[in-house]
Amino acid sequence: MSDYKHPYRDAEFVLNELVGFDQLCAVAGLDDINSELASVILTEAGKLGSDVLAPLNVEGDTRGAKLGEQGVEETFGFSAAYAQYVENGWPSLTAKEEFGGQNLPNVLGTAVNEIWHTANMSFALCPMLTQGAIESLVHHGSDALKQNYLPKLVSGEWTGTMNLTEPDAGSDLAAIKARATPEGDHYRITGQKIFITWGDHQMTENIVHLVLARLPDAPAGVKGISLFIVPKFLLDEQGNPAQLNDVSCVSLEHKLGIHGSPTCVMSFGDNGGAVGYIVGEPHQGLSYMFTMMNHARQSVGLQGVAISERSYQLAVQYAKDRLQGTRKDGSRFPIIEFPDVRRMLMQMKASIEAMRGLAYVAAAETDRVHSATDTSQAKHHQDRVDLLTPIVKGWITEVAQELTYLGVQVHGGMGFIEETGAAQHYRDARILTIYEGTTGIQALDLVGRKTLMNKGTVLSALLDEIAQVQQELAASSALQNESRALDTALTAAHEALQWLLDNAEKDASVAGSISVNFMMMMGYVCGGWVMGQSALKAQALLNAGQGDSAFLHSKLITSAFYCDHLLPRATGLLAVIKAGSQSVMSLPNDQF
Amino acid sequence: MKVLVTVKRVIDYNVKVRVKPDNSDVDLANVKMALNPFCEIAVEEAVRLKESGKVSEVVVASIGPKACQEQIRTALALGADRGIHIDTPDMPESLVVAKLLAKVVKAEAPDLVVMGKQSIDGDNNQTGQMLAALLGRPQATFASVVNLEEGKAVVTREVDGGLQTLSLMLPAIVTTDLRLNEPRYASLPNIMKAKKKPLDVTTPESLGVEMTVHTRVLSVEPPAERSGGIQVKSVDELIDKLKNEAKVI
Repeated sequence: MSDYKHPYRDAEFVLNELVGFDQLCAVAGLDDINSELASVILTEAGKLGSDVLAPLNVEGDTRGAKLGEQGVEETFGFSAAYAQYVENGWPSLTAKEEFGGQNLPNVLGTAVNEIWHTANMSFALCPMLTQGAIESLVHHGSDALKQNYLPKLVSGEWTGTMNLTEPDAGSDLAAIKARATPEGDHYRITGQKIFITWGDHQMTENIVHLVLARLPDAPAGVKGISLFIVPKFLLDEQGNPAQLNDVSCVSLEHKLGIHGSPTCVMSFGDNGGAVGYIVGEPHQGLSYMFTMMNHARQSVGLQGVAISERSYQLAVQYAKDRLQGTRKDGSRFPIIEFPDVRRMLMQMKASIEAMRGLAYVAAAETDRVHSATDTSQAKHHQDRVDLLTPIVKGWITEVAQELTYLGVQVHGGMGFIEETGAAQHYRDARILTIYEGTTGIQALDLVGRKTLMNKGTVLSALLDEIAQVQQELAASSALQNESRALDTALTAAHEALQWLLDNAEKDASVAGSISVNFMMMMGYVCGGWVMGQSALKAQALLNAGQGDSAFLHSKLITSAFYCDHLLPRATGLLAVIKAGSQSVMSLPNDQF
Repeated sequence: MKVLVTVKRVIDYNVKVRVKPDNSDVDLANVKMALNPFCEIAVEEAVRLKESGKVSEVVVASIGPKACQEQIRTALALGADRGIHIDTPDMPESLVVAKLLAKVVKAEAPDLVVMGKQSIDGDNNQTGQMLAALLGRPQATFASVVNLEEGKAVVTREVDGGLQTLSLMLPAIVTTDLRLNEPRYASLPNIMKAKKKPLDVTTPESLGVEMTVHTRVLSVEPPAERSGGIQVKSVDELIDKLKNEAKVI
């Protein structure tokens, strides 16, 4: 079965050459953090990922979580692996020092999280959700809640969950029905939540649920939702888990993929009401969700990079081993020598590098918000985070579908057979365009809130920045092809943006009709931005006689492939965008 | 009680080793380097001795260009207390390494020196033995169990045909075999702490050791490429081939 090796050189190339990690740390005042330390951290995380988490990936798929007498029983082996992960201190990487964290940059956390997701995405979902719980408490929790819950969540001794969705409230959270009734210094929570990732397990001695519910006097709709913390075990005087709270997992979903990650139906208050504590102010729950949405959505985008990388590594290994060609002298050769197999592998490799680059660059923008010295600088970076987030989530996870599809295709008939492992990645990837906001939701966010609401100025500023990279490419005689390809794509992007601005108000269906294609186009253009910079940096290093020339040449070839095969998709998408809503909307419902 | 552990920077065991086109050496340009696995076992053993309360300080030493400080930091992240880097332009031969380490041992006066039995690049398996000889100290090589008792170390060695247990008077030299322990993963907090642990740099000149060259590499050849296998038709044919072609039975 598949071995996983962390592609440390690709990750470090992005961190050092595209993100400028040393400079980012210097600006943030993190004097003793630098690329050398990052390299050590990635190496050590890579060991745990390859040796401990990756071998459990198939286990999770074939022997997924089960609901037993005492609640959810996770895949055998996950508990020991989780204990090791906690013992080694990885959960604390980006958290603040005051809660026991290491206060390392978000972009480094992203690079490390890529390792966990690539090694074992089902497993890594658990700490990813904990991260969400930590974020909500850090930003909105009272001091008492922070003291009681944050240190254990940061250390990973307890895990966290996010309880948002209900049977009638999915993308439309305004329809939430769960209730919270005041009772002394706490609340009693009742209701049912579904699709709760890692809602229960036996790996830790407590689980901290973040729950959206309505107070008795709550106004209807989105402005009447509050956020509560509901621990699985209530804490005693010393802060240790003691009495079981009135919350339990009543069933597990049977899913297409990520079988190692228990997806729970959670029931609150079957016996009078689960004790919960309000986080922040009443009725502000949904706005609190927005503060951590960028991080959560970027994390899912990162999962798209990760699952594609795993699928790619498996496909490369198979393509090198599988002998299916015969030369004139009778000797056999592996399928990697067939042009169409190479096309598939190159498409995987080039897309993954563009996706990884974009995911890290977007993650670094969050660090730059925090280290900005004035408000206009902070606003610039925050606008960039807000703009890139739906592209990172939406575009990367959509492309991940195509890449894991190719990962199966490279295997031919064996790809359809579960034992090669290619199919698992294909199935596991499928959730990524759905949870944390579907592709449609991401695209609407990009077109509406992130573009139309500011009249396209934020996107325009990004396109201008990409144009600078195009200018640099134009000035390099070796990169004329890349320069032309990026220029064509940029022209298309400008035209699409202008068309959107001109037409959105005339026809209310326009934005929703073109949004996904618009988002995909901007994704490919951002990929061109990343790959253009990658080519420039590789060329500069080669010109200076630095670095590993084979590695740097492969960067140039991969960029060239991206510009030849993937960037031109932007032009095709422009035609679709300009077709507008007419043929999307005109068929009467009863004709479907 | 103080333990000195020696560590070497070597090519990562996951890397496919390439020979330079002129056959002068293994190509190390831009190749991932790592802590020699046997040295990692030595570090782990020393750290466990410290955790058991029998040892109070673990000092780690490495020899080579500045880059080998990375491996010292790795050892510090695994739990060693401080590092000594002997800065040399390239990797000296075993005897010079032993002479340099002998000087460090005299200065540091450790009760025990724990070393890897060999490095996975040169596979020489000499330095520990040479160091013991230069210092006139007892040695136990290929250790699979190490116990510290009052004034002595009781070491089980993996020898041909079984296990041999030796009792050594301290101070002594022990070299580790593969099965002595399973090294831990460095934890994130310890990686962070390792940056702040002291690391002293010294040179062969200040230690008073001449970098004499006694051995010279004539040429490095990659192992012969595996040729394709064949299918034999009968057991008799197999035995015949093993006897007459492969000459192994």
